Amino acid sequence: MAGVAGPGTGQGAAGGDGDDSLYPIAVLIDELRNEDVQLRLNSIKKLSTIALALGVERTRTELLPFLTDTIYDEDEVLLALAEQLGNFTGLVGGPDFAHCLLPPLESLATVEETVVRDKAVESLRQISQEHTPVALEAHFVPLVKRLASGDWFTSRTSACGLFSVCYPRASHAVKAEIRQHFRSLCSDDTPMVRRAAASKLGEFAKVLELDSVKSEIVPLFTNLASDEQDSVRLLAVEACVSIAQLLSEDDLEALVMPTLRQAAEDKSWRVRYMVADKFSELQKAVGPKITLNDLIPAFQNLLKDCEAEVRAAAAHKVKELCENLPMEGRETIIMNQILPYIKELVSDTNQHVKSALASVIMGLSTILGKGNTIEHLLPLFLAQLKDECPEVRLNIISNLDCVNEVIGIRQLSQSLLPAIVELAEDAKWRVRLAIIEYMPLLAGQLGVEFFDEKLNSLCMAWLVDHVHAIREAATHNLMKLVQKFGKEWAQNTIVPKVLVMANDPNYLHRMTTLFCINALSEACGQEITTKQMLPVVLKMARDQVANVRFNVAKSLQKIGPILDTDALQEEVKPVLQKLGQDEDVDVKYFAQEAISVLALA
Amino acid sequence: METKLPPASTPGSPSSPGLSPVPPPDKVDGFSRRSLRRARPRRSHSSSQFRYQSNQQELTPLPLLKDVPASELHELLSRKLAQCGVMFDFLDCVADLKGKEVKRAALNELVECVGSTRGVLIEPVYPDIIRMISVNIFRTLPPSENPEFDPEEDEPNLEPSWPHLQLVYEFFLRFLESPDFQPSVAKRYVDQKFVLMLLELFDSEDPREREYLKTILHRVYGKFLGLRAYIRKQCSHIFLRFIYELEHFNGVAELLEILGSIINGFALPLKTEHKQFLVRVLIPLHSVKSLSVFHAQLAYCVVQFLEKDATLTEHVIRGLLKYWPKTCTQKEVMFLGEMEEILDVIEPSQFVKIQEPLFKQVARCVSSPHFQVAERALYFWNNEYILSLIEDNCHTVLPAVFGTLYQVSKEHWNQTIVSLIYNVLKTFMEMNGKLFDELTASYKLEKQQEQQKAQERQELWQGLEELRLRRLQGTQGAKEVPLQRLTPQVATGGGQS
Repeated sequence: MAGVAGPGTGQGAAGGDGDDSLYPIAVLIDELRNEDVQLRLNSIKKLSTIALALGVERTRTELLPFLTDTIYDEDEVLLALAEQLGNFTGLVGGPDFAHCLLPPLESLATVEETVVRDKAVESLRQISQEHTPVALEAHFVPLVKRLASGDWFTSRTSACGLFSVCYPRASHAVKAEIRQHFRSLCSDDTPMVRRAAASKLGEFAKVLELDSVKSEIVPLFTNLASDEQDSVRLLAVEACVSIAQLLSEDDLEALVMPTLRQAAEDKSWRVRYMVADKFSELQKAVGPKITLNDLIPAFQNLLKDCEAEVRAAAAHKVKELCENLPMEGRETIIMNQILPYIKELVSDTNQHVKSALASVIMGLSTILGKGNTIEHLLPLFLAQLKDECPEVRLNIISNLDCVNEVIGIRQLSQSLLPAIVELAEDAKWRVRLAIIEYMPLLAGQLGVEFFDEKLNSLCMAWLVDHVHAIREAATHNLMKLVQKFGKEWAQNTIVPKVLVMANDPNYLHRMTTLFCINALSEACGQEITTKQMLPVVLKMARDQVANVRFNVAKSLQKIGPILDTDALQEEVKPVLQKLGQDEDVDVKYFAQEAISVLALA
Repeated sequence: METKLPPASTPGSPSSPGLSPVPPPDKVDGFSRRSLRRARPRRSHSSSQFRYQSNQQELTPLPLLKDVPASELHELLSRKLAQCGVMFDFLDCVADLKGKEVKRAALNELVECVGSTRGVLIEPVYPDIIRMISVNIFRTLPPSENPEFDPEEDEPNLEPSWPHLQLVYEFFLRFLESPDFQPSVAKRYVDQKFVLMLLELFDSEDPREREYLKTILHRVYGKFLGLRAYIRKQCSHIFLRFIYELEHFNGVAELLEILGSIINGFALPLKTEHKQFLVRVLIPLHSVKSLSVFHAQLAYCVVQFLEKDATLTEHVIRGLLKYWPKTCTQKEVMFLGEMEEILDVIEPSQFVKIQEPLFKQVARCVSSPHFQVAERALYFWNNEYILSLIEDNCHTVLPAVFGTLYQVSKEHWNQTIVSLIYNVLKTFMEMNGKLFDELTASYKLEKQQEQQKAQERQELWQGLEELRLRRLQGTQGAKEVPLQRLTPQVATGGGQS
């Protein structure tokens, strides 16, 4: 709402103050003070409406002071307030008066609750952009300084997020002060503040002059990266990405790399994890030369780290790392320096590591090309396809298409088909589901004959799976197959088998027949639907299980549009009418719905 | 000296540390849900401890300490300490069994020796001792096997190297408790950095380790006066991070237990720093999701503060009201329990200051559809001291709760609650019949007024909404398109009462 009322309305509202007196501020403030939290919250959420009713002048002189004074409310109300104020510039009279919003936001930026503080900082950042350079120095920068020297950690933490927005537009002298304040927060006594500063270090570095980055940010970075608390050190790794982007290769080597090398071997696994997690970003930031000299060895260590968490994070980055290597010499580097470590990971003791690897390893085939894939990667894929952990198998199957493009379906199917057939009966239904979803692609590429021979029976078996999601996916799969192989194929191979299930003693299987008909009728067309499917559906209207009967009604509604008028009037209508009198309410409901949708009443 | 600890009780097994007794946390519903959740398959254990040993040397048994002449005792002791600084891989349970046994025997002997032999602890051995302890216990705790580890329901991840680690902790404890122990010498080695690392270990998932750490930190606090302020500050940092950043730290209950005894020893009048700790750290701790794990210890700390300085009562109660649980009934019952503990020690002059907001909250609890919450709140009337406070302030308390009680007495689904409310209403009637009659009479009128107010509110907002639309039209009259786009949004927003 505030966004709607925001920019553009302020000036107009200032002009046309005709009926403010209708809404004395006291009434509105009563609403904001209501004893019921929910009502207070509602009022705060419509604060822009109140401000609009008051006009810009009274919003500034009466509403904002009230809000500043009564900041001790429920956190939920404060959060809504902090959010509203970020869009309030128009309502207080435009950029010239944006600074009026600072006092309440300043208080909000010091409260205990993190979400409120964060929202207040977000709004302050937004408003800072609306300040004129003069107003920024007169009002905003002093606020940042006050927060930065607040006595409780909350205000200092909030200050950390405000430096980068006011720095670029400040004058030379003020800039020096801002840097000074940021420096002192980086060595704050409270770890919470150091963490906040470390997490904003990269952002701040980006708006600084290059000289200051070298002379001030780098030492701060080095200090934070060797902080006594690992929670601070790991945030410095994040900052490293931004800082590295700003420096030349020589400066990087001299100023940043010693610290980064140290971080990659930190004694805390959390820091090493962070290095692994940010690896692609780091790689891009430091450029190809340092990557080859420093990052690849570091990466090898991370891939054989003693903590599984770290190995998994590194395994996740394998593909991106390889992709981002310079084209020249890429294959050799991967084959000699990365692949040996990957081979180890395939038989890692930890399933999360293997599963992380399985989610990216297929991507290597496009990078390494057909020959290498067949010779080196395929054995790894096959090993992972047989892994004891279902998540590993699943990740491999879900990414089969990357390999497909490289080595072709024939090659793929010959080596992988046995494994796929095995997985089609996997004990974990999610694995079976992944295989089913892969089936239409496989079918299209293998052709009808090959499919009928090897895979058709699998597809039919899934229809009677004991997990509903699999039966549903199997139905959908049949539709896709019919779209590929055509009506005739459907009539000969699929439809008879589906219709036989209508007599199955298990009502779930009987329902599957109906679901298949729903899915197939359109692809099969009017003739097959009318001659083969409809009689079966109509017969099932006498089923003793109500769920089957109301699904008959639903199926009739679905296939109705495909049938011709005669069939509808003479065959479908009587059956639906009969179902409309059924003793079961659901059957009645769906029958009547079908009658009205098909306009048979 | 501004703080003093209660006299440390006899050193003993870590299960009975010399801390003030704290009752175990109550289970709200009396049955464990452990059985409902299937045990997760265990991942292989991991520990960051072992990786720093590169070239493993072989350990050979040294002569026993008691077998050497006094002149060689310290040289041998130092060699034993060095042996105990060698680390072993406990993930591989058959690796280097001989070495493990040598170290275990040496540790056992050290424990024995430092506990019983006088004159062993001379100045030169202090650095060796602290080095041996540091090498063994300080390590980055491994990642939790279960990222959603719930201390109430999941089995903790036990430290694989415990056979050695336990002996090291035992040795450390006996070292601190030895009559020969000289804090003035030890403080050169047990410094702030040492304490910081010790505090980080409280995050260990292994309850046995935390139990030792608790006793050890308590002794350190007792013996190293220069570290006390630092320990308190670092504890607040851990708590603040726990509250506002992570919501995960395994040793909160243990740290609070130590703090309970520290608070107990605070000198009066309380320093601002201590009051701030209460208001800005202990009270917000109530907002944490896993409150049940450390609530007993937390409530103990809070009540300790109030017994020291009654003027803090208003702050505390208003704080609890601010953090009152909105959706978690289990926590609500805990809050009610803590509130009763506070009311048990409240001074009548303080009660007057908070009675109104407090009893409005109690009334809200009575109207909770969860009968355990309602029941717990109604039990307040069984407490004679609280009842006497209510009676003395009947004119304020009764109007604050009457409307809700009256309504809930007719609507609550649970018969036990209904009859409890009747008892409460009866008590009120006996307390002040006249006021009771007045309130009954005005109840209906108030209900009508409420409805009317709601009506007026709706009209007010409708009016505001129309005004807003007119304003928008006034400014953007020329532009048709945005207005059309706006209208439906306004319609949905305006329907709210």
